[in-house]
Parts: sequence; structure tokens; C-alpha cells
Amino acid sequence: MKITLNNREENIERDLITIQELIEYKNFTFKLLVTKINDRLIKKDERKTANIKDGDKVVVLHMISGG
Amino acid sequence: MNFAEIKKILKCKKVGIAGCGGLGSNCAVALARIGIGKLVIVDFDVIEKSNLNRQHYYTNQLGQKKVFTLEENIFFINPHVKIEPHDVKLGPKEVVSIFKKCDVIIEAFDLAEMKQMIIETVMTELPDIPLIVGMGMAGYGDNESIKMEQHGNLFICGDMKTAIAEDIPPLAPRVGIVAHMQANKALEILLKNTKNENHTKQS
Repeated sequence: MKITLNNREENIERDLITIQELIEYKNFTFKLLVTKINDRLIKKDERKTANIKDGDKVVVLHMISGG
Repeated sequence: MNFAEIKKILKCKKVGIAGCGGLGSNCAVALARIGIGKLVIVDFDVIEKSNLNRQHYYTNQLGQKKVFTLEENIFFINPHVKIEPHDVKLGPKEVVSIFKKCDVIIEAFDLAEMKQMIIETVMTELPDIPLIVGMGMAGYGDNESIKMEQHGNLFICGDMKTAIAEDIPPLAPRVGIVAHMQANKALEILLKNTKNENHTKQS
């Protein structure tokens, strides 16, 4: 399926994927993330059940210390 | 728009700044210099010697509360700026109550956990207020990697990769670049949606 991940088009070799599976699939290793599907915030405990479908707009942001 | 016109618009604008360290103190000073109407500044920390490699404070201010000292330093730069200082540690409840009337919110924390907290809180509780965060500015050099990303009302400035570590300290040049990028984006947002729209472009 085709999704938009962080403003970029991305082809995912699955028909259905949770956001947690997407994080593993993309090898996103940062501990702290902010995740959104179609502008809806997905909190950490919802990531295992939040499904991403074809055409969805997904945001996975890495929280990086420093300031 | 000339500077007088810019100042006239900024005079009526209110910016919230979460944290008065490297990002917050420098961003606040930049906005104060150009005549922002009001700054709502929040921090619970005191100034330490190790802060002076990047934060807008002086050696005679060590041990003082950052939020009140920044208020004082801004007064000497531009006494017309109204400052609303809050000496508190921000949690979701305080983010909403303190920043809900702001036109723009600047995230200027150092800890990743706090960055996550304010992004999630503003996104759900104050979704109409633009939030500008700093993400990745430790170390030195690598100018090309510093950029800005937009996701709806969330703007992310930084290299999006370099976290602080023992051998990758936060230093004035890169922290200052990101702090000023945040101020620059805030300025662009504040001047947009005004009558003089011809100079701005949608990003």
C-alpha cells in the first residue's frame, strides 16, 4: 500500500499495518516518539492497535534532547 | 513591509515560550528586539555557570531564577515588551492554562520527554495555536543539516538527529541558529493573516 510518511510518499509491502509495526518495519529506534495518523494523535499505548490503511497520512516524529 | 509596519502588527501579538534556556532565552531576545507585544515566559530553573556557553545570561546572574532574570535582561533591550513570567514546571495542565491565549507557542525545553509532552498537549488541547519546536541542535558544524519541517500546525526546527551526549554538548552557535529559526518562523506566522500579505508565501 501507499502511504504518506512524514510528508513523503512511501510504499509499504503490506495491506494493513499498525503504527507500532510500521515503526519496527522502518527501523525507527528512537525511544521517544510522537505519532499521528491523518492528523489524529496516537498515544504510545494505542500504537499496537492503531491501523494504517492505504492512502493514510502518517507522521512519526523522533524526540531529540537539547535546547 | 517596513520595520514600522512590522512593529505595529507585532505590538498586538503574544508569544508563549516554554523554557528559558538555550533556545528560549535567545528566541525571546530576538522577538523582544523586533518589538513583540507580549512574551509569556516559563521556567523553574536557576542560572548555572554551565548555561553561559549558550544562554542569554551574565556571570553576575548565576544562581538567579532564569525566568525573572530574562525578564530583566529583556527590559534593558526593549522596555516596551510586556513580560508575563511563570516560575513553574510545565505539565499538560499548565501548558493549557498558561499558553491558551497565545498567538504562537515556542517549545524550548532540553529534555526529549518534555518536548513530547508539549507537542501532544498542544496538538490535542490547543490545536489551533501554531507550535514551533527545536529538535536536534547539539554539537557544532554541519550547517547543511539544519532545516524546518511542517506537519499541520506543528513546525520543527533543527537537524532532527543530533541528541546531546557527553561528547556532543549543546553550544551557542547551533543552539542559537535553531532558536533564531524558531523566532523567524514565529515572525512569519504572526505577520501572515494580516492586511499586508503580499510579502509572505505559504509554506
